[in-house]
Amino acid sequence: MQTEHQEYYVPDQSYYPILASIALFFMAFGSGAVLTAAENTGDLAMLMLLIGFVMILFIIISWFSKVAAESRQGLYSPQMDRSFRWGMGWFISSEVMFFAAFFGALFYIRVLALPWLGGEGEKGVSNMLWEGFVNQWPLMTTPDPSQFKGPEKIVDPWHIPLLNTILLVASSVTLTFSHKALKLNKRHWTSFWLAVTVVLGVTFLYYQVVEYHEAYTELGLTLASGIYGSTFFILTGFHGFHVTLGTLMLICILVRVLEGEFSGKKHFAFEAIAWYWHFVDVVWVGLFIFVYIL
Amino acid sequence: MSATEQTVSADMQHGEVNTQDTEHHHGPAKGFSRWLFTTNHKDIGSMYLWFSLAMFMTGGCMALLIRMELFQPGLQMMQPDFFNQMTTMHGLIMVFGAVMPAFVGLANWMIPMMIGAPDMALPRLNNWSFWILPFAFSMMLFTLFMEGGAPNFGWTFYAPLSTTYAPPSVTFFIFAVHMMGISSIMGAINVIVTILNMRPKGMVMMKLPLFVWTWLITAFLLILVMPVLAGVVTMMLMDIHFGTSFFSAAGGGDPVLFQHVFWFFGHPEVYIMILPAFGVVSEIIPTFSRKKLFGYSSMVYATSSIAFLSFIVWAHHMFTVGMPLAGELFFMFATMLIAVPTGVKVFNWVATMFRGSMTFETPMLFAIAFVVLFSIGGFSGLMLAIAPVDFQYHDTYFVVAHFHYVLVPGSVFSIMAAAYYWLPKWTGNYYNEKMGKLHFWLSFIGINITFFPMHFVGLAGMPRRIPDYALQFADFNAVSSVGAFIFGFSQLLFIYNIVSCIRTKNQATPEVWEGAKGLEWTVPSPAPYHTFTTPPKVD
Repeated sequence: MQTEHQEYYVPDQSYYPILASIALFFMAFGSGAVLTAAENTGDLAMLMLLIGFVMILFIIISWFSKVAAESRQGLYSPQMDRSFRWGMGWFISSEVMFFAAFFGALFYIRVLALPWLGGEGEKGVSNMLWEGFVNQWPLMTTPDPSQFKGPEKIVDPWHIPLLNTILLVASSVTLTFSHKALKLNKRHWTSFWLAVTVVLGVTFLYYQVVEYHEAYTELGLTLASGIYGSTFFILTGFHGFHVTLGTLMLICILVRVLEGEFSGKKHFAFEAIAWYWHFVDVVWVGLFIFVYIL
Repeated sequence: MSATEQTVSADMQHGEVNTQDTEHHHGPAKGFSRWLFTTNHKDIGSMYLWFSLAMFMTGGCMALLIRMELFQPGLQMMQPDFFNQMTTMHGLIMVFGAVMPAFVGLANWMIPMMIGAPDMALPRLNNWSFWILPFAFSMMLFTLFMEGGAPNFGWTFYAPLSTTYAPPSVTFFIFAVHMMGISSIMGAINVIVTILNMRPKGMVMMKLPLFVWTWLITAFLLILVMPVLAGVVTMMLMDIHFGTSFFSAAGGGDPVLFQHVFWFFGHPEVYIMILPAFGVVSEIIPTFSRKKLFGYSSMVYATSSIAFLSFIVWAHHMFTVGMPLAGELFFMFATMLIAVPTGVKVFNWVATMFRGSMTFETPMLFAIAFVVLFSIGGFSGLMLAIAPVDFQYHDTYFVVAHFHYVLVPGSVFSIMAAAYYWLPKWTGNYYNEKMGKLHFWLSFIGINITFFPMHFVGLAGMPRRIPDYALQFADFNAVSSVGAFIFGFSQLLFIYNIVSCIRTKNQATPEVWEGAKGLEWTVPSPAPYHTFTTPPKVD
């Protein structure tokens, strides 16, 4: 896209990046210290982690407010708008690859590693490690149950997961309604459908918590219950984390809509978060099929 | 005639170079806040380059410690565990701290000037990308002083060495890697957005300087693989602290899974470190051959092909791990395919020099050495690609020789070439050519003395990452160590030359080099703090 950048806005000096780096360092070092700390230093580590977290929260809010304010001042050209679009698009691509790593791990385990461990195929000799180990999926009995006790039951895909699929797919639809309404400048409908989306997102998260609670208390399905529990929780867990972030961002957008921001033509923040929400939705469909059903 | 009064080359003279203060575009801020809060691509580029140099010297000191220990058989200097920490930290620091940031620094400085953009597309994000790095590496270096020592499992941190048997500091290592990943992804997004969105009219894709092209492709690689690295260290973290069994067969996982996911990141990663080097060399060779680059479009397609292939060759790092035969064959042949586009590139560089009126200034010396020595590394790579032969070579010094040939006289030489090539543009002064040439020859000789004998000891079976070795390897190892010290200490000349280039007035012309073509040579030397506030005309 070659264009005239007559007035590309290069911002003045900013103290957000360096503060954000410090915050990130506090969070990283704090987390490391919390996880490895001896008992007497644990509190200090936790404090460091919390300070980092509060800092990053504060910085994100003020950084984005500043960007929004600059946009309102008309400092941003259409070219700048395109920069943001490309930026968000490629950020989501990197997120896709993050999930791809975990899906890849799941497929490798199911298609190659476990059958070999069970004595099938070209590398079936590895069955000699735990003779009599039988490959099955979901893996209810791990090769060494004394180290990793397999789950007793697994989550039934046709109850909560199905409901959650419906909730999340519906939320993508309602978000699109909201976007359409914004484009037509029907602001009441915009905020109405946006609020519905938020409610659907929160409900999804609520049921996800219920599901986790059941998994831990009734099904014996935990992080430590072998590779099934590992892949199940890392995939659904990171997805849930992304839904949480997405919901928080939707709430921010809702507040901004209610405050009268965004016009029918210019509302990139809205669109960016909508893209993100649809991405999270698509990941869920993948999860529903490959983690819950198959 | 002062630099600013010099005329710029005729076809690009319409681009307005901002030399006056305007409301938003003023000179650098005073004091240290300039560096902390800057949004200027040149400032950020400089910080990346200085940071990279500091890390290069740090990682280099570790390399010299390793070579000191290996000077003689037996244990002289250090305990094996500390030796392992040194090999691990040396690798991690050179890959993530020296080579990658150096190329990001060059990208920051040069891409906006080469395409005629006012700055990087997302300047604040750009600053953040940089400032994460000093914190991440402080944390990683800090692990050296922790109980149990620094990570000692090799830069590839294979599970279960890095999970079940790792020192406690591995947790900090994991978070440091996360921080580097965040920095790289944001940096890559910035590069892509800048190149795709900030070009002036007339700067069509197929007119982009090759350095820009190679960086565009590198940035895509970064975006696609850094999240996978984040994924794999996250799985490690879960295995270590939260009871999961991704890499433990007892729970149904698989340690080999770690290697697959790691090398799915790792192989594109090594191309992340070489593609921008290709770009640098493709800028320098035409300049000093006074000819246009031979086969421009084939260079673009070759780079893209290499990038694509990098995603389907990862398991050639794992031939001996126990893969089905079909896997061995697929990854063997796919790997060999890479020789084709790489051969195209080497051919093009040589064809560019063919019948050119060549001169041999320092950047050109480094560039030519790059072509020759990188090719040696490429050939040994081709040998390693042959799966049955790799069973003999795997984890020996032959591998060490191979990847040091592509990384040191490959990536590192290209970074030095780039530094000498663009220093006059950055500082406004010519560097000391005599000292530059001395630096080149000492480096060239030192590097070959260091790494060439490693081929021999490797083929004879000396394993890598071991502080002691059998007596028959003693002579070659002593030679390697001498070479390493020659190479290491000659870098002091490089630093001295850079510093004196900044401090000693020896005004460079805007064009700097007689045969230099491109937008960056149309602006004065040193390049003004803000270039191209209005888009230049490109014909």
